[in-house]
Amino acid sequence: MRQKPALVLLTTLLLTLAAGIAAGNWKTLRNDQLHDPSNPSLRVLQDPEEALALLPPDTAGNMVNWVTALQRGIISPRSSLREDREHEILDDDVLMLDTMPLPYVRFPHRPHSEWMGCETCHEKLFVSVAGANAINMGKILDGQYCGVCHGAVAFPLTECNRCHNTDSSTVSGARPGGTLP
Amino acid sequence: MQAAKIILFTLLAASAATAVTYLNPADAEYGDVVMNEFSDDAGMRPVVFPHWFHRIRFRCKVCHGDLGFAFKAGGNGINMLKIIDGEYCGACHDGNVAWSIENCDLCHSGMPNTPTQVHNSTSQKLVAPVAPGSVTQPDAGSED
Repeated sequence: MRQKPALVLLTTLLLTLAAGIAAGNWKTLRNDQLHDPSNPSLRVLQDPEEALALLPPDTAGNMVNWVTALQRGIISPRSSLREDREHEILDDDVLMLDTMPLPYVRFPHRPHSEWMGCETCHEKLFVSVAGANAINMGKILDGQYCGVCHGAVAFPLTECNRCHNTDSSTVSGARPGGTLP
Repeated sequence: MQAAKIILFTLLAASAATAVTYLNPADAEYGDVVMNEFSDDAGMRPVVFPHWFHRIRFRCKVCHGDLGFAFKAGGNGINMLKIIDGEYCGACHDGNVAWSIENCDLCHSGMPNTPTQVHNSTSQKLVAPVAPGSVTQPDAGSED
């Protein structure tokens, strides 16, 4: 037990250091080494900083907290091309307990279903049966399950504690894959 | 033992995070997708798709659902005929919702010989960095 505060402190320090180095470091398209600077049309395209600097900051990925940006209404991305109909929002959390020495994973359906429809993940990527998805970090790093988006476009896989977010002592009577209100 | 495991894992994770921050060859925006299935061979620049720009305007489900984009760089077999026909990018890039296909250089804007990839992905940074101009990467997507 004694090591825990030190561990949290160490992790926080390291993450803050990494974040500090990277924060707000958006490259212009001309200098990002991916766009061809000799393309005369490049000046028509928007540089990331122009749009992203206005959004809630984050410490990884695009340095933007996309979930907060959507929930606060700072951005209003459309849900459909045909009509902006509301889609289903599911507001429960799924607990994943088979996490070795790491904290449990508490997966929040709400922010995910705000960005995606149920059918985006179910049933092709995840079956909707508690505990029936044999997820592990190897598969996630290989781009399966959560790794389809996390590590590619949603926050990167180096953000361990955003998913491993629940101390086992705070949850009692939970079953693998069970849901919490 | 348990505490030692936790500390070891944390140190490993922290070194990985630090490595990602420092060892970053190209620094384009996280999630940018390069598509070079046919472009190089056709004498065009590869396409750079900015995820960040599109997700400000559309939720994931619009493209990865309604429009049928698979979650894989190079996994959709997109070509200009399909786009002109209103599929994939062509669902919006029709001169109505977004710019039309005459503006070749706005999409075909990447460095020549950049392989198909999701740029800056975690696995790319940790395992197999892909530099622009190295189109012969073994895992660079399907060849045409």
